[in-house]
Amino acid sequence: MSGVSPPGAPLPPTGDGGVGGSRASRILAWGRETEGARGVLVAMISTVVFFTLLILVVVNSSGWPLVKQAFFNGKIFKETFPGILAAFKVNVEMFLIAEVFILVFALFLAVLRSLSGPVFFPIRVLAIVYTDLFRGIPTILVIYILGFGAPSLAIKGVPQSPFVWGIVSLVLVYSAYVAEVYRSGIESVHASQIAAARSLGLSRWQSLRFVVLPQAVRRVIPPLLNDFIGLQKDTALVALIGVFEAFRLAQIDASTYFNYTPYVATALLFIIITIPLARFTDWLIARDRSRRQAGAA
Amino acid sequence: MTVWTGGSDAPDGSSAEALRLEGVHKSFGKLEVLRGIDLTVAEHEVICLIGASGSGKSTLLRCVNLLEPVDSGRIVVEGQEITARGVDVNSIRRQVGIVFQAFNLFPHMTVIRNVTLSPREVLGVDKAEAEAQAVDLLERFGLADKRDEYPDRLSGGQQQRVAIVRALAMKPRIMLLDEVTSALDPELVAEVLNVIKELAASGMTMMIATHEMGFARDIANRICFLDQGTILEEGPPAQIFSDPQNPRTREFLQRIIEAGRM
Repeated sequence: MSGVSPPGAPLPPTGDGGVGGSRASRILAWGRETEGARGVLVAMISTVVFFTLLILVVVNSSGWPLVKQAFFNGKIFKETFPGILAAFKVNVEMFLIAEVFILVFALFLAVLRSLSGPVFFPIRVLAIVYTDLFRGIPTILVIYILGFGAPSLAIKGVPQSPFVWGIVSLVLVYSAYVAEVYRSGIESVHASQIAAARSLGLSRWQSLRFVVLPQAVRRVIPPLLNDFIGLQKDTALVALIGVFEAFRLAQIDASTYFNYTPYVATALLFIIITIPLARFTDWLIARDRSRRQAGAA
Repeated sequence: MTVWTGGSDAPDGSSAEALRLEGVHKSFGKLEVLRGIDLTVAEHEVICLIGASGSGKSTLLRCVNLLEPVDSGRIVVEGQEITARGVDVNSIRRQVGIVFQAFNLFPHMTVIRNVTLSPREVLGVDKAEAEAQAVDLLERFGLADKRDEYPDRLSGGQQQRVAIVRALAMKPRIMLLDEVTSALDPELVAEVLNVIKELAASGMTMMIATHEMGFARDIANRICFLDQGTILEEGPPAQIFSDPQNPRTREFLQRIIEAGRM
């Protein structure tokens, strides 16, 4: 399915191999039906016109020269960007480490919360209290309290590094969100699936492991990645307890040069790393939908 | 021989008892679904449960598989009381297979994995052996070429046959079939019914809840008419269908005939 069909002509039916060809346009269309080559052309023209106008309005505003000097200073950008990029590695490290722990810990929380039976009541309550607590407290406060509080206890063997406590804070907060995402997935698996598993002699735990969790996790991957996009950005908050990462360096640079360009440089880095994950999430959702439609046909 | 067909075959043809229900009661909240079911099923016997929707057929089958705990009464499978306290529920379920109206295949697994999951994880059969047994069963029911397909690529009839194979892979002593053709398009019903006929011919003990009266008449040794949670009338198909004794049975069959289902 390429863009060669004449305008207005009905699209050829998409066969088994057709998913790949329309993938890009499907993502750009945000889930609406693509309208063929003419639709793409109209979208391109209207986009160019819109952004040209927007840029013209901004550039011709009376304050633009000042703003340009303070935020988009090419010379300062060139001087500070390499340092910020190097510091950004710390952000990447933080969210990669945090993501692994969150995936495991949140699944554990979700499983605890979905345990049925009166015996497990206290465990369920604990899981509920946990999610309520950590979804309720602003992330920045958790980072402050743990980042300054935990090392102050000066307990032997407890690490002092703000890097570690920054990660711990992010894991604690985001696990509460991701646990809820997992749980919605677990609850979306129909009871008849569990009945089928149990009727075959599988134990409660085996049913969860082989039948419920694989289906649940597959369904929640897109919303889960969405939470991870949030996590990537929130690694910047850890700057406030003194971790030397991109935002912290940008703060230092900004006060050294008396200029905001380093912040823009930092923002650019976060965007660059977030966009691939966002597109990947879209692609997963689109693929999932086309698969289900193929299955229903 | 690819499937286990029953325990001790009595040489004189009179078979041993496979299943006995005594005064089984089951309520959901205030709704009394089963109000004292007494029934004995002999080995190799095929029982068809007929009756209107809501008469308790499905609940009865789910109770025999312990998917629903009974409120009172006893269920005895091959001499073992499965409703007693402290019995190993999972080991009971291995002996009693159930197939559902909506197939309930595991959508994230291929056909072969659907069929081998339970033998491997519950019975501890190794992979090669479990797959060999599964392939035998799939071949027997005309599904050999579907072994690596995912369920949503199959027709309803194929899915239901896979579900039957999946239950058979556990080598159950009794099979419970819960309206297994009700969710199928009319042209797919026959292929599933043929599978069940073959199972009956191989000597499998079965309890079948069904709305297919013609099929019930062909296959059943005995018909039980359920009405409001009790077995109102039971007997051989010839008698139930041509000379029902209870007025409610007559009324039910009359409605079925009027609906053109018989």
